[in-house]
Amino acid sequence: MKVDKASRYTRTHEWVRLEGDEAVSGITDYAQEQLSDVVYVELPAIGEHFGKGEVYGVVESVKAASDNYMPVGGTVTAVNESLADEPQQVNTDPYGAGWMIRFRPDDPAEIEQLMDAASYEEYVSSLEGAH
Amino acid sequence: MARRTELYARHVALNGRMIDFAGWLLPVQYPTGPIEEHHTVRRAAGLFDIDHMGQIVVRGPDALPFLQHVLTTDISRMATGEARYSLVCYDDGGVVDDVFVYRLPDRYFIAINAANVEKDTLWFRYHVGRFQATVENVSEETYMLALQGPQAEAVLQKLTPAQLDKLPFHRATESKVAGVPTLIGRTGYTGEDGFELFFPREKATLLWDGLMEAGAPLGLKPIGLAARDSLRFEPKLPLYGQEISATINPLEAGLGWAVSFEKGEFVGRGALLKVRLEGPRRKLVGLEMVDRGVPRHGYAVALDGRTIGEVTTGMYAPTPGKYLALALVPPAQAAIGTEVQVMIRGEAKRARVVKTPFYTPAYRRQPA
Repeated sequence: MKVDKASRYTRTHEWVRLEGDEAVSGITDYAQEQLSDVVYVELPAIGEHFGKGEVYGVVESVKAASDNYMPVGGTVTAVNESLADEPQQVNTDPYGAGWMIRFRPDDPAEIEQLMDAASYEEYVSSLEGAH
Repeated sequence: MARRTELYARHVALNGRMIDFAGWLLPVQYPTGPIEEHHTVRRAAGLFDIDHMGQIVVRGPDALPFLQHVLTTDISRMATGEARYSLVCYDDGGVVDDVFVYRLPDRYFIAINAANVEKDTLWFRYHVGRFQATVENVSEETYMLALQGPQAEAVLQKLTPAQLDKLPFHRATESKVAGVPTLIGRTGYTGEDGFELFFPREKATLLWDGLMEAGAPLGLKPIGLAARDSLRFEPKLPLYGQEISATINPLEAGLGWAVSFEKGEFVGRGALLKVRLEGPRRKLVGLEMVDRGVPRHGYAVALDGRTIGEVTTGMYAPTPGKYLALALVPPAQAAIGTEVQVMIRGEAKRARVVKTPFYTPAYRRQPA
C-alpha cells in the first residue's frame, strides 16, 4: 500500500492535502485496491457545501458502488473532470491524477487533526489484522 | 463454511482475491484486475477454475426419452459427441436450471450450475420414475476447468493428442490432456472460442499447472469470477438467478430457441405454450445508459416515474467500453430505440433500448 506523506487521512479512506488555501481530496491506495477496477465516479457540482463526513460523491467499481465522504467541511471549487472518461486513474494514481475534488475548507486547521500518513498505515494494518 | 477447490493454494499463490461463491471459495480477481482479465480472454486466452459447477450423468435404455421429458430442447437428433444448451423447467414454465447436455457413446453428461446441484439432482430423480434410466451426481469426482480465448486451441493442442482443429463449436471428445483422461468440450461461457475440460478431481493441479505453463508464451492468464461475469454478459449468455429463474421463463428471457414445442410432451410445455400463445408479459432487452451511471442487478427500470421493469445484469462492459444492462421490460417498451430510465440510487438516469448481444461471439463453427 502506498501513502502520500503530504496528505492527511480519514478512517473512511479518504486523503486530503492542503494546497495554498484550498484542499484536494480523493481515495487512498488501500481504498482503490479494495474496490478493484473503478469504472465510474460521480462528483458534486461546483459551489456545493458539504459538512465533515457528508457524502459528496460515489465511486463505482466492477464490484460495487461506495460513497465518498468529505474529510472536513468545505465548499467545492473544482472536480476532476478527466475521471469521466478515465476513471481508472483512481486505480493507477490515487494521490495524483485520480484526485476527486478541490474545496475551500471551512477551517483549514481541521485537516491537521486527521491521521498523518504513519497513523493511517497503522490504522490500515489494524484492519488487515482483524481479517 | 465455504469449500476450497483443489486449486485453492494456486489461487492464493497468484494473489487471487478469494470470495464465497455458491458455497465455494473462488478468486473473484487476480492482482491485474477484472477489466484486464476480460481483455486477456478476448485477445489471448484465460484459464478458469470452475469446479463449483456440477455434473450429472444419465444412463440406461430410457436415458433419451427421460431427458426429452425433463429438458426443453429436442436432443433426439443429437449426434454422439455433440453438446447442446437446454433449459430444465418447472410445470409452470419457470426455470429449474440451464444446462449443457453432452451426448457420449455410453451416456449423457450434463453440466449444471453450482447453486443448483442438489436441486437438479432431486428434480431429475423425482422425474425419472417410470423411465429405465439412472441419474448420478458426479460433481464430487469431476473437476472442471474452462480454457477460453482465441489462443485456447493452440494452448490445449500442446497437451492433447485430440485433433482440435477437427473439433467444431459445440462438439466434444473423450481424449487425454497431459496424460489425464479428459472430456474436452468446445463450449464455454465467454463468447470466445474455447474449451471446457472435465477430468478426475485429483488431477486438478496437474492440469492447471500444465495448461498455465503451456499457455504462458501465448499470453494465457488465470481469470476470476468478475471477468467471467462480464465475459458472459456481453454476448448475452444468461446467468441463472438473474436472466432466468423460477419466476422468469425462457420465453421472457429470449431463450425460445432452446424450447422445442414440436418434440412432444416435456415438463413445462403446457405453461410455456400458453406464454407463447398469449405472448410473454415482459422481455429481456439490452439497455445502454444515455446519462452516465452504472446500472446493476436489481435496479428498477422506470418510465416517466413509474416502475416498469428491472435490471437483471448491468455493468461497465469492457469490450465496447459502455455502461450496459440486460433488463426485463414490458413488450411495449422492448423496441430498439425506446427511451426508459434506470433508477440509480434514487435518481432516474436515462437509458435506451439497444440491440443485443453487446458482443458478437467469436465461435469456431466449422472445422478448419
